[in-house]
Order: sequence, then structure tokens, then C-alpha cells
Amino acid sequence: MAGEKKQGLQLLDFWVSPFGQRCRIALDEKGLSYEYLEQDLANKSELLLRANPVHKKIPVLLHAGRPVCESLIIVQYLDEAFPATPTLLPAGDPYARAQARFWADYVDKKLYDCGTRLWKLKGDGHAQARTEMVEILRTLEGALGEGRFFGGEAFGFVDVALVPFTSWFLTYERFGDLSVEKECPKLAAWAKRCAERPSVAKNLYPPEKVYEFICGMKKRFGIE
Amino acid sequence: MSGGAVKGIGFFDSPFSHRAEAALSRKGVPYELILEKDLRNKSELLLQHNPVHRKVPVLLHGDRRAVCESLVIVEYVDEAFQGPPLLPADRFWARFIDDKATCSTEFWLAMWTEGEVQRGFVKEIKENLKLLEGQGKGKRFFGGDAVGYLDVAASAFAHWLPVCEEVAGVSLVTAEEYPDLCRWAKEYTSHDAVKQCLSDREELLARFSARKDSFVATARNDIEISSNYMIMMI
Repeated sequence: MAGEKKQGLQLLDFWVSPFGQRCRIALDEKGLSYEYLEQDLANKSELLLRANPVHKKIPVLLHAGRPVCESLIIVQYLDEAFPATPTLLPAGDPYARAQARFWADYVDKKLYDCGTRLWKLKGDGHAQARTEMVEILRTLEGALGEGRFFGGEAFGFVDVALVPFTSWFLTYERFGDLSVEKECPKLAAWAKRCAERPSVAKNLYPPEKVYEFICGMKKRFGIE
Repeated sequence: MSGGAVKGIGFFDSPFSHRAEAALSRKGVPYELILEKDLRNKSELLLQHNPVHRKVPVLLHGDRRAVCESLVIVEYVDEAFQGPPLLPADRFWARFIDDKATCSTEFWLAMWTEGEVQRGFVKEIKENLKLLEGQGKGKRFFGGDAVGYLDVAASAFAHWLPVCEEVAGVSLVTAEEYPDLCRWAKEYTSHDAVKQCLSDREELLARFSARKDSFVATARNDIEISSNYMIMMI
């Protein structure tokens, strides 16, 4: 408790959010203690609405009361605000940093939206989402190349951006009738490698739990 | 110059392309500009260097592989070259511009649709612009006294938006409603480093006017597609 007060870090978050998990993983990778504040998204708190009036979304990082919003922005902020901790963006190499930002941006632009369409839509929309999902995963596998992680030898920014979605692979597989292992064996291996890291193991929920959550969402929205 | 020659692949009409040029120009980095002639018929060079998104702008620096995505390019230019800093990067508001204001899909659709549909988009856009207006209050540029990252990110508002408004016959932004944003737009477009890489207004107007029908048709198509998605954010 004393440690948390010293650094003054709080995270407004929602348990299953892959965007929130990025922040939790980044904080743990950096050895930063923080207070986790679970939010009720059906009934948003005053704190959340004040901290993120623009988007009214989680995650939000509060640092000595000042809000930082948008998960990748939060991760970059942590690199900059706590320079004595292990960096996630490659230090001192603008080109490598640009590549890292590009791929994290790619995950943001493509993966979540396509995944959502995969479990929400039927017919043509669903078929298109499935085709896109395979393409996205293959593209990411291409970016991974022969490295252990996206940044090479070290677990870094792009790994943090993507790893929470590995808990969603099972959901994508079931709704998309596809196999990540079969389509992208290197990406599947990378996911296993990441799962061995304490920061990842601690902060990701089992894939079955995510699948259960999505099935619940489908019922709630009346999508069968 | 250190690191090799700098080339940019861009497109005359594109405000995203301008962001890359404005960053280079502001840093005083000499570069060669390669313009795509027709984005419906993309060059081998572009497709080779940006196979993932197949879009402009693309930055080539010496022998390195390409840097793509306009805001990633702006940050790269700031970090890789000496010269006046564009940082601190106001990433939140730059992203807001891409997702919600000026450079968003909704903004584009507001221009080229009509009636009830247009009114819906316009209402949301006006709210988002009010938020952006707040960021410019009391400052010459978003970056303070000098053109910075957020100014470059917002450039479409300063130069492309008025052209689109004129072609579409729509008035989304008035100086009465958005005095700080309009004042900022004048400052930005008259800045020396920016002026030299702003696409000529008259030519932009001519090119957009010539394509107005296709913009309207595409917008109609986009609305139809997105209404089938019922995408809601969790």
C-alpha cells in the first residue's frame, strides 16, 4: 500500500479488456505498483467520467491524480515518466521505435474491430471478417519474423500491444472456425512464449473465460 | 547528410501526406518528394514500400525500410533528425483528430451526405470540434509559440477542410463558433515552413470539384455497408 501511494498510480480498468491488460502488463514489466480500480461500464463512475470526459472509456491511468488515456499512449507515457524502469519502446533508435509504433498501430486499427465483427455478424459480413482475420494474423506473423519477440530478443512495445489478444484467439477460432496454430504457427509459438512471462501470466484471463464472456455478450445483445 | 537521402512518397490531395512534409520542413530536412499520380492505380514503388496498408505517405530514409502511417512518420522525423523539436507529442489529441475530428470517417461522410444522415454526423462533429477548440485557447499554435506535433496533425483542418466545405457547399466551421481554431488555421497556413508544402488551394479545389460525384457515391455506399455492421464498442 505504501508503495502505491508513493508513485501515485491508479488504473481505471475493466477485467476482460485487452486494452486495460496492456497497461497492467506494462506496469508489471516496469515493476511499478499501482492501485487497480475495476469499473462498471454499464454504470460509469464519476471518477471515470471526470478522468476521461472525451471518450468515457477505460483504461485510464491516473498519475498523482492526472489522467492519461488511450492504452498505447499510457504505455508510452510510462516509458517516458519512469525512465529508470526497463523501456518497452526500443531506446535510442528512432527507426526501431517507428517500426514498433507502426505495428502497435496496426493491431489497434485492425484486430479488435475484425474480432468483434467475427462474433457479431452472420452471412457475408461474417465470411469477410473470417478472411480478414486470417490475413491480419498472417501479417502479424510476418512482422514477427524469426525473432523471439516483435522487438527481437526483448519483450517490448508491440508484444505488449498484441499479447492481451492471445486470450481472444480461442474465441476467434471458435467463431471463425479457424486455427491460429495451423494458420500461423510462429505466432502461436510467440503467444506461448509470452505466457511464460510473469507479467503476462498474472494479467491475462484463461481463453475459456474470455469465450464465456463473449457468449454472455451475444445473449445480452440478442445475437444468436 | 547523416543517415542517407530522404524521400517521401505522397499525394497532392492528401492532408496525411502533408503531415509528413510539414514535419520534414519544420525540422529543416531536405527531401525529395515523389507524388503518386492516381491512388486508384498505385505505383509499384508505393506498393513495394507499404505492402501492409498500401497508402501514402511513406518515408524512405537512406537504406532503411520504409516508415509508414503519417503520425508515426512525424514522430520518427522528430526523433531521427536534429532541428527544432516537434515534441512534446500530444498523442492523445492527435489520435482524437484521426478518430473523431477532421480526419475521421464521420467527418468525411458529413461532407458528402445529405438530410437526416448528414445532420447526425454534423451534430457529433460539432461536439468534437468544441473539444479540440479548447486545446487551442490562448496559444498561437497548439505547440505554444512554435509549430509542433499537434499542429502538424491538425493540418487538414486548416487547409483541406475549407476546400471540402466549398466543394460540398457545406459550412461546418465558422469563426463565430470556433474562433480559436479559425485563428489557429490562419497562423498555421501562413507559417513559412508549412506554406512551402501546402498543396495549392486553387488546384485542390479544382481536383476535389472534379471528383465530387465519386465522393458522394462512395459516401452513400459506405453508409449502406456500415449500417449492416451494427458495431458497438464494449
